[in-house]
Amino acid sequence: MEEQKQPAREPLEEISDSRREFLTTCSLAAPLLLLSLRAAEVAAFAAGDTPYNPKEHYYGMGVDVDRCIGCGRCVDACKTENDVPREPFYFRTWVERYVVTPEGETLVDSPNGGMSGFPPTHSEKGILRTFFVPKLCNHCDNPPCVQVCPVGATFKTEDGVVLVDQEYCIGCRYCVQACPYGARFIDPRTRTAEKCTFCYHRLVRGLLPACVEVCPTGARVFGEIQQRSSPLVRFTRRHKIHTLKGHLNTKPKVYYANLDEEVR
Amino acid sequence: MPQQLKSLLVVFAVFIGGLVAARHFLLPPTFGERGHYRAAAVVTIERLPVRYAGREACGVCHDEIASVHRNARHQTVACEVCHGPAVAHTESPTENKLPAPRERGYCPLCHGYDPSRPTGFPQIDPVAHNPLKPCITCHNPHQPEPPHVPGECSACHGEIARTKALSHHALLDCTQCHKTPLQHKIKPREVRPEKPLTREFCGGCHAQNARAPKNVPRINLETHGGRYVCWQCHYPHLPEAR
Repeated sequence: MEEQKQPAREPLEEISDSRREFLTTCSLAAPLLLLSLRAAEVAAFAAGDTPYNPKEHYYGMGVDVDRCIGCGRCVDACKTENDVPREPFYFRTWVERYVVTPEGETLVDSPNGGMSGFPPTHSEKGILRTFFVPKLCNHCDNPPCVQVCPVGATFKTEDGVVLVDQEYCIGCRYCVQACPYGARFIDPRTRTAEKCTFCYHRLVRGLLPACVEVCPTGARVFGEIQQRSSPLVRFTRRHKIHTLKGHLNTKPKVYYANLDEEVR
Repeated sequence: MPQQLKSLLVVFAVFIGGLVAARHFLLPPTFGERGHYRAAAVVTIERLPVRYAGREACGVCHDEIASVHRNARHQTVACEVCHGPAVAHTESPTENKLPAPRERGYCPLCHGYDPSRPTGFPQIDPVAHNPLKPCITCHNPHQPEPPHVPGECSACHGEIARTKALSHHALLDCTQCHKTPLQHKIKPREVRPEKPLTREFCGGCHAQNARAPKNVPRINLETHGGRYVCWQCHYPHLPEAR
């Protein structure tokens, strides 16, 4: 019996030794590891400094409903530029078709976001008036989606663009619920919130958002809000402007011209 | 100071110090630099690849087409609308060729008749308009002048033409009421046709003494409608509508 106990003890002692060593190494290594990670991230951030200064800009978009022909090129370009899933549930921008019948009923449809054209209007009740309305994130000045994010992963930048931090988003969907415009969705690949960025990566390079770039009729106008000589300010000077759901105090920065009362 | 308070202060100091230290290590490094968010996230987004090159890029090489396109009716349509994103093409032009949509289904995305499109935007019925011929056999997409300027008003004003075709005014030419300058076919938005402005114009057919077929409905211009102009009650393209 005693002979059998002796060999069993030795490995036990060895384990307790290595555990002590392990804990001491850990307690030393943890701060070092954290510090090195931090240094790496700071270095990466510093390297990304571009001549672009966000404090000099404040962006908005104008949409002339009377010019939209519902071709859906903006939707297609947005998906290509921003690598949005091609399935018909995920849109950063989309085009809605409104049909108001003589009886005052409003029918809205947006098959595949308007990307592959619209089928003929089948309204047995007749058409009183009908038009297309492009929609996107309104980049609110007072964004409800930012207020509800529990981890600070969505935010308004200094140039007025509402963005999502993909690395810190936990995919809780609070923001998707909070957005009154339905402008957000959960990307099925990353399971994080996704939305229109005004093509922020293009703005910092001095380019226009992809949807504005390809709009064949100039229905979308993009520019600075706070500078007097900008295409957007000229647009808001020459048209009567309406924003979507202004009563919610979201202060949207997408300005619609010639918008119908039925649009919500 | 009592001993209990001293030990309690030590406990508090350790607790608060621990919290500050934990916050220091747990918060992402660039958090709070520009606001209540991680400034490094903005940099990540800034570095995303660009796929659409922009309007100016194409003219650098394709200057001939660009100079034609610049003054054509399609001047507002960027090259990348039809040819697709061009950044890859600008980087290696021979390896990445851009597509050119030649099939008949593409142009109707913009020019197929849809009542929701703004009035005056050129639209055709893809089924009835020269069936089976690709659009580019007659139209140059870079300078899309029709081979003959539209002979019929319905080429652009399909919505009104369809309504009128169902009305008692079906046999009247558009030009009977709208004096249309030739330039309207070239610059539709700048040079506009005229509209009749007076009650006497409609009275030309509908007054008691008008020289028109007997079955044309007649009214007394003096008493009918009072101070209103005809089109304020009757829609001229579908007069029987109420």
